[in-house]
Amino acid sequence: MIYSPISFSRRDVLLGGGALFTSAFVPRLASAESRDPRLIVLILRGGLDGLSAVAPIGDPGYARQRQDIALSASGNSPALQLDGFFALHPKLKTLSSMYAAGEMTVVHATASPYRERSHFDGQDVLESGYERPGRVDSGWLNRLFAAVPSGRPVPGPRVLGVGSSAPLIVRGPAPIIGWAPTTLRQPHDDLTARVLDLYRHLDPPLGDALTAGIKAADVVENAEGTMGKVQTEGMHGNDKSMVEMATGAARLLASSGGPRLASLSFNGWDTHAREGGAEGRLANLLGGLDQAIASMKSNLGPAWSDTVIMIVTEFGRTVHVNGSYGTDHGTATVAFLVGGAVAGKRVIADWPGLGSAQLYEGRDLKPTIDLRSVFKGVARDHLGVPESALSSSVFPGSDAIRPKRDLLKA
Amino acid sequence: MMAGLEGSMIHSDKSVHALQRFGLGARPGDLDRVQRDPVGALQAEINRPRVTLLSKPGLLSTSEALKVADEYQVERRKRLAAEPNLAGDAAAMSASPRRDKGIMDDQQSGTVSSREIYLDEVVARYEAAQKAECGFAERLVWFWSNHFAISAAKGARLLVTAGAFEREAIRPHVFGRFADMLLAVEQHPSMIMFLDNNISIGPNSAAGSRRGRGLNENLAREILELHTLGVNGGYNQADVLALAKIITGWTIGEKQDGSRGAFTFNPHRHEPGVHKVLARSYAQAGVQQGQAVLADLARHPSTARFIATKLVRHFVGDEPPADLVAHLAKTFEATDGNLAKVSRALIEAPAAWEPPPTKLRSPQELLAAMLRATNSSLEGPQLVRLLMTLGQRPWSPGGPDGFPDTAAYWTSASGMRTRLDVASVIAQRAEANSDPATLVDQIIGPIASRETRSAIAAADSRAQGLAILFAAPEFQRR
Repeated sequence: MIYSPISFSRRDVLLGGGALFTSAFVPRLASAESRDPRLIVLILRGGLDGLSAVAPIGDPGYARQRQDIALSASGNSPALQLDGFFALHPKLKTLSSMYAAGEMTVVHATASPYRERSHFDGQDVLESGYERPGRVDSGWLNRLFAAVPSGRPVPGPRVLGVGSSAPLIVRGPAPIIGWAPTTLRQPHDDLTARVLDLYRHLDPPLGDALTAGIKAADVVENAEGTMGKVQTEGMHGNDKSMVEMATGAARLLASSGGPRLASLSFNGWDTHAREGGAEGRLANLLGGLDQAIASMKSNLGPAWSDTVIMIVTEFGRTVHVNGSYGTDHGTATVAFLVGGAVAGKRVIADWPGLGSAQLYEGRDLKPTIDLRSVFKGVARDHLGVPESALSSSVFPGSDAIRPKRDLLKA
Repeated sequence: MMAGLEGSMIHSDKSVHALQRFGLGARPGDLDRVQRDPVGALQAEINRPRVTLLSKPGLLSTSEALKVADEYQVERRKRLAAEPNLAGDAAAMSASPRRDKGIMDDQQSGTVSSREIYLDEVVARYEAAQKAECGFAERLVWFWSNHFAISAAKGARLLVTAGAFEREAIRPHVFGRFADMLLAVEQHPSMIMFLDNNISIGPNSAAGSRRGRGLNENLAREILELHTLGVNGGYNQADVLALAKIITGWTIGEKQDGSRGAFTFNPHRHEPGVHKVLARSYAQAGVQQGQAVLADLARHPSTARFIATKLVRHFVGDEPPADLVAHLAKTFEATDGNLAKVSRALIEAPAAWEPPPTKLRSPQELLAAMLRATNSSLEGPQLVRLLMTLGQRPWSPGGPDGFPDTAAYWTSASGMRTRLDVASVIAQRAEANSDPATLVDQIIGPIASRETRSAIAAADSRAQGLAILFAAPEFQRR
């Protein structure tokens, strides 16, 4: 695959130009013929309501259980049909067209091994890759980086964590790089140059870190073939921050010599009150997510065909609607696989049903697919990590959870 | 003068160490003041009565804050139920702050009063930092608050009580006994809620046999792993389980009789029986059983060693010198966890002053140091915004283990970039009142390198000069 060269900005000149990331981290180059896979784990924090994101409109229990917030195949804002049984939320237009183009797969009634209802612990399990909460020393994406065997394309120089502090999923012994959209007024390049010069003389470790941070920002703001600064005019609040983060991550993953494994998180999915149906609070969030995925695709450019984005959340929400027109913490939910490398146009589900007797603990969608089987399937077939490593170092104790097959294009 | 470690070439100086390594940074004039007796300046803080206490009109106690939060929640739910299809979500959302864990309960669509309580606490904390003579006592407050970490991001009830937790459970004991701080922390509603002890029920208690619900080991596990012995401190899963049973019933009062929002022992949830922790049997009745375990944990040699290691790692270096750790651990043991004496042992040990500055100031220290250097202050929302951008939103670490405390963690690519951004922001606000050429002497004079001095002298504006001072390794490291 051929990459566009990165344009030289003033900052490039002041940083010495050349390789995007400091030489110590320039990866062994993959051979010209080989793929250069990208993997992004997008975490929706707060607990996504899978029954509204991908509605089982063919289940007779759905409309009965969900009442006012149920989506419908008809009406003003009809849900977007997938396979006759499941339909996407009407705000997920980009995902719908990706589904039609064979670039999106839905996994439903899935859950991590976590079975309680605390956000903190649920996110820790989702990110640590361990079966139980309490392990916060490293995340599975970091350990996955280390588990990619030699002879396979190198997964970039470092693992990318988007945000002002590294999320658990990327933390660990493998090198990481952080990038976050900033709302602060940016200092003049001249100040940056003077400080870098000072660090070079007095404190090279600070200089190396600052250089990497500025280069990452530079890639995001000055990537070839883009509009430069991330375009978010007319957007506000959540939409804007989702699109900014998605764009930044995509540009970094698209760049030559940049990271290849990344995680980013969107907040605010804890819809206890006034969740809404085709319109409303969750609909607004889903609209932002949809725009974010669209901007990821456009900013990844040719790298899109080598990309898998996994959209996941710590747990789902109750099947019943509560007294505040929202839903409470539940268990199983939906996950999406999106990207040019995904064998799409499929809904993978062993549907448990929404009848009262079919619910988990009488209240939640019952989990029938362990999310780790999806993670493991993608890790094995996209990055070439052997099953043995996946069951030992990446998802310890998951021997019984077999990787899902055929999630990716052959 | 020392050669730098790991490529850093900053020199050591005792006055600067007193203010930067052990304090919150110099205000103009502080360096001259401490110069004669740097150790004495720190000792003076230990000796000053009530130095760590913080009170200010308008700050709410834990039970008051919980009452406000709960009433607001009830009110909100009523309002939502009455008007299910209120518009304006997008606007409400964009006004609400970005969240660390994406949880809506806490600050959703402008639970204004909860957020205001939190902001008032952040402001009060920074006012205390500004007022401190050296800031050694405040640094210790922050250290202990991070050792006994809770997270304001867990929900509204944590958000509103995070500051009160520090004022009520940490501050009174910073120069008191470790055992007292431990007990105050583990019986504080914030810690009980943060680590779920309020939902833990003894399986054989009156409530447990009726409801069939069970134990939650969270608080017990963290008491052993994070608060006292440390992960390699010599306990096992059976000890965790036993301690979890012993502290069943430690919860928060919900009744209107004054117990509401305060620590309460609920005997109906308490697991009956004698339980063994670290091979010792505890047969006490009720709440005393758990208090007896905590008292023993507080004087355990593993606890002394764990606390000593963390203190030295925090103040001196990522790789804590073994002799200094042993010295502090010995002091801890010999004085039955007298924290004034342990703190004194730290600052009176030459080994704590000798190593060159290799630690990187944490974001909250860095911001305090910039504000002290320029005699400036920020409003609550700005403080929180800057600290969040720097990766250290107050009282909101990623987990019960607190914010990482190593230079390696804070020297990150995005972190260094953001530090420069923030330096520039503060410099522009302060340039009217601060002259960088004067400040370089007043703040880092004795250790200011030729390179830093000439970079500041060559700056094209006062703001740029100030930003270079803040970004300089002599200011970032301690």
